[in-house]
Amino acid sequence: MSLVEIHGISKSYGSVQVLKDVSLDIARGEVVAVIGRSGSGKSTMLRCINGLEPIQAGSIRVDGVQVNDPATNLRKLRQEVGIVFQSFNLFPHLSVSDNITLAPRVVKKQPPAAAREVAREVLRRVGLEDKLDAFPAQLSGGQQQRVAIARSLAMRPKVMLFDEVTSALDPELTGEVLKVLESVAQEGMTMILVTHEMGFARRFGSRVVFMHEGRVHEEGQAAAVLAAPKTPELQTFLSAVLH
Amino acid sequence: MIRTFSFIDVMYLVAAARWTLALTVTAFAGSAVLGLALALARIAPVAPLRWITAAYIHVVQGTPLLVWLFLIFFGLPLTGISVNPWIAAAVAFSIYGSAFLGEIWRGALISIARTQWEAGASLGLSLYEQLRHVIVPQSIRVAIPPTVGFLVQLIKNTSLAATIGFVELTREGQLTAAGTYKPFAVYITVAAIYFAMCFPLTQWSRSLERKLDVAR
Repeated sequence: MSLVEIHGISKSYGSVQVLKDVSLDIARGEVVAVIGRSGSGKSTMLRCINGLEPIQAGSIRVDGVQVNDPATNLRKLRQEVGIVFQSFNLFPHLSVSDNITLAPRVVKKQPPAAAREVAREVLRRVGLEDKLDAFPAQLSGGQQQRVAIARSLAMRPKVMLFDEVTSALDPELTGEVLKVLESVAQEGMTMILVTHEMGFARRFGSRVVFMHEGRVHEEGQAAAVLAAPKTPELQTFLSAVLH
Repeated sequence: MIRTFSFIDVMYLVAAARWTLALTVTAFAGSAVLGLALALARIAPVAPLRWITAAYIHVVQGTPLLVWLFLIFFGLPLTGISVNPWIAAAVAFSIYGSAFLGEIWRGALISIARTQWEAGASLGLSLYEQLRHVIVPQSIRVAIPPTVGFLVQLIKNTSLAATIGFVELTREGQLTAAGTYKPFAVYITVAAIYFAMCFPLTQWSRSLERKLDVAR
């Protein structure tokens, strides 16, 4: 059974339809790179998976739990589905440690000492153990994004969503974030990444999904799709981003 | 017999200022409780709640405080509810203050980026927990300077309670002026006492504004 099952979802903002009958199945441990032009609906699709955006048709299931069901406990679902945003969205008034331990303490009722141990562990995984007591404003963009990844890891999610997590960074800072993503992928995390990093998609994506005008236009094994795109739209897109 | 305006009169005025402070504190507490409820209702995901509270704020901000004082003090007894000047003033000032504090605090809450709510929600925090741990702590720094500014306005506005016979600083001034025929000296003293109460707050608000601005 797939971990994430997206079946025929549609979504509109007013008269603009941003998702048109999108279906996608993601198996446990898969790393799926979602690519496409801005406005193609890829970020919206990602945000639908953890219920940040409601859908108007179709269904989304994560580990068998229906996301778009009023009876579903979104609070519980979101503990299983981590998301990392383009603009980090760390809590500026809290230290790195408190950023990471807030949800484990408040939502999972972990004792503070245990939560802090978890924070130390996930910070070690992103290489920032020494920043435990720093504040977000004291960190570089790359470091902030790594803390955001650690914050998400601390909830021990089953699947992690990454929404253009390197797009807001200076080019020299994207490398450190990509390295963290690689190690998370190697640990076997199921990941769905909206990304412009074709190199990362090729090396670590088990699959590439190309979205175009609100639909899944082309998909397949990452290296194959990127090396030999079938549709003219993907060919145009790839030649635009690679040159 | 006409008395002279002496040191003892100044002491009476200072003593009356206690009632100005008492009314300010009571009105501020009432305004804060009502205002917090209003601010939360104004951003609630329930449309009718937003409409009702918006209407309340528009009505209160669009009517003079003095009219509210008269309405409650002179109007309510006609419906069989008798109120003393102290209660009437406390209620009127709370109604008036809640509309302003509600708007100040609503502004502070919505000044926090929507992405902060989203980040909280994505971690499984409930709406209340998002407010409690993410939004309110950040909006407090935005809200403090205008809240202190409002407090200064409130201190000065309590002088309106003199019109319904509540003996606070201004009313005591009127009585003293009537007894001594020294309105100029009396009201200068009254003004000085108001200033002594407001000025430290204004300064405090300024320094907070600077401090919070630097920390951002």
